[in-house]
Amino acid sequence: MNLKEWIFTTDHKRVGVLYLIGSIAAFIVAGIMALLMRAELSTVGPTITSNPTTYNVWLYAHGAVMILGFQIPALTGFFANYCIPLMIGAKDVAFPRVNALSVWLFYVGIILALLTFFIPDPPDIMWTGYPPYSTITTGNTALYTFTVLILGFASIIGGVNFLTTITYMRAPGLTWNKLNIFVWCTLGAFVLQLIFVPVLGTAVTLISMDKYLGTHFFDPTRGGDVLTYQNLFWFYSHPAVYVIFLPFFGVLFEIVATFAKNQVFNYKAVVYAGIGGIVLLAGEVWVHHLYVSGMVDWIRVGQMVTTLLISVPVGLMLIGLVGTLYKGSITFETPMLYALGVLFLFLIGGLTGIPLAVASLTLHLSDTYYVVGHFHYVMAVAGTFSIFAGVYYWFPKVTGRMYNEFWGKVGFWITFVGTNIVFWTMMDIGVKGMPRRYYDYAHFSQFEGAHQLMTIGAVILGVGFAIALINWIVGAAKGQPAGDNPWGSMSLEWTTVSPPPHGNWPTPPSVSEEWTPYAYGKR
Amino acid sequence: MDKILKRLAVTSVAAAAAGGAMAAAGGAERVFDPAPGWDYLWKEVLIDISVIGILFALMTAYLIWRYRRTPDNVVGSGPRLSPAAAVGWVVIPTFVFMADDFFIAANGWALWNKYRDVPADRLEIQLESGMYSWDYTYPNGVQTQNELIVPAGKPILLRMTSRDTLHSHFIPDFRVKEDSMPGRVTYIWFLPKEAGKEHLVTCAEYCGVMHSYMAGRVVVKTPEEFKAWYETSGASAKKSS
Repeated sequence: MNLKEWIFTTDHKRVGVLYLIGSIAAFIVAGIMALLMRAELSTVGPTITSNPTTYNVWLYAHGAVMILGFQIPALTGFFANYCIPLMIGAKDVAFPRVNALSVWLFYVGIILALLTFFIPDPPDIMWTGYPPYSTITTGNTALYTFTVLILGFASIIGGVNFLTTITYMRAPGLTWNKLNIFVWCTLGAFVLQLIFVPVLGTAVTLISMDKYLGTHFFDPTRGGDVLTYQNLFWFYSHPAVYVIFLPFFGVLFEIVATFAKNQVFNYKAVVYAGIGGIVLLAGEVWVHHLYVSGMVDWIRVGQMVTTLLISVPVGLMLIGLVGTLYKGSITFETPMLYALGVLFLFLIGGLTGIPLAVASLTLHLSDTYYVVGHFHYVMAVAGTFSIFAGVYYWFPKVTGRMYNEFWGKVGFWITFVGTNIVFWTMMDIGVKGMPRRYYDYAHFSQFEGAHQLMTIGAVILGVGFAIALINWIVGAAKGQPAGDNPWGSMSLEWTTVSPPPHGNWPTPPSVSEEWTPYAYGKR
Repeated sequence: MDKILKRLAVTSVAAAAAGGAMAAAGGAERVFDPAPGWDYLWKEVLIDISVIGILFALMTAYLIWRYRRTPDNVVGSGPRLSPAAAVGWVVIPTFVFMADDFFIAANGWALWNKYRDVPADRLEIQLESGMYSWDYTYPNGVQTQNELIVPAGKPILLRMTSRDTLHSHFIPDFRVKEDSMPGRVTYIWFLPKEAGKEHLVTCAEYCGVMHSYMAGRVVVKTPEEFKAWYETSGASAKKSS
């Protein structure tokens, strides 16, 4: 393998694989941070470090790297890059060199994020970076700002590229209503990225200007307002949840349709009401992150209603996904196990979000472990399980080889058990009052047992993920040859050889009138 | 609600003017206490989401089991919906979800109003938070740190601000918190009931290195004990200033 060929590649598949390698590296680092935090919290008082700042840096790194370095790049970087041109029957993306630039920027962002562990005063401002603390801390706020800006820029140019590709490069006969659900989901996610990333860029630029250049955007003694930052930040960061949610649901749709050998239930409802509804509502709900921040009352109750209404498009997508099982012919290979696991995790996560939409209930629940448990179920773990499901699913296409089915399933069950131990316990003690972001819970020592249980759960979770990662490495190196279409899928990406050559097909494919990516039973 | 509040204010106006002496115990009990209201709504929403969750999970599990691959079932035969059925599968669930959403929103909103309407008969205390302490100032100038001494049966209003970073005054037992920040004044109120009890106050918004150690307590005294403490410390506060 020629390293230079990979670094200077403009092939969308190689760009995708580079994204995957970088984001998995980020996942491992951020996962280790989680284990360190759990180790610290296994007893009341200092356990493995006596310096709270060290813990706060782990916490910052875990959140920022998991979201900005792992989930968003894995979903909108790897899956989008690898699958979209193949799914729409294109030779490559519209702007292959811009695509290469975006993956380079992503690596610069990852390297900046990892510098956290090597510079003397790493950022300790949480992934949210709220002022005034972020403008007065000795931690390095600029590192946070530039990491976010560079990853954001990578994602904006990725967005332009994919919107163009999907619009203009579909194979002859492949109309909008025949697109894979994953393509639609990614389209929605990139629309959100293009609209909202600039707002985040503005917010993090302003905190660094306040801290280093002497401006006063968030300094009330000079006419600034600290709440402005929180509004700007969540105006992006709530839609960012859908930037993660949409592609991972898209991955689930591909897997469930393939392993149920069934057409997607009510395709147009999923696309237009589900994905469309989320894109439309995404920007009107950010204030639910600010229910206890001191905003005026009318916008708090107003956005309580819009937040609850998110259940409509999400519910329609869930009906589409579960409906696809109806009258299917379901088999349970590893990708499907992960996907079905997500159905249950997402159900718990989604429903536990309903109390958090209710402004009056958040007066107690906000900033407790309940919130942490909820968003790990609904976004962090559901997203990660979907990414693992997707990597297992497209593994034979990417590598041409098969992973080990037995170890795949073992890894899934271990992770599934560990997840529920950690995050169910988290929600339970959260309702009882345990606040988040605590290095030491001396005032809540009654929860020591629960914290120890979560630490054990986290180790189990880590073992499960490690089994999956080892399975991939071993499978890529010496798995059995998989064939071009091991799952018997109808989708276009499985019609070429595995792994696909540069240019994807010797002759560009075209599709017939009756074909859809889910037209099972009509062969 | 306003009428009740006004009546309460009238019956206890003398006591309120004294700034710390107690409202008639009977009057104060008629104030709506948000904390049990929170517990009630939480239970209601919990039942709501548990029922939805269990039904949905059972249905999903049934579908997974019922439509597993068998020798007679080798390819899916999911229905191709007619236009009417397709629209129905959007409209009907939408109305079901929206009905539940509005039911929860209405209840949540009603409780919200109770959390935000402060009874007129109240003890108003200024709170300045800072890294890493809670500094309370009573109407007569008495100042305490990390210890909020209050009389039982009297609604307590905290007007909060911060001298440095964000903090959030969280009293788990009273189910209430709100951020304090420089440049703005926010408020919460709660109703302490049992004299002799202490309630933990903790910081719920990441405020800096020692965030997890920023704590205090609410000490509830009987109205008489409170009055005695309030007047003696008030006198010494005046002397020292």
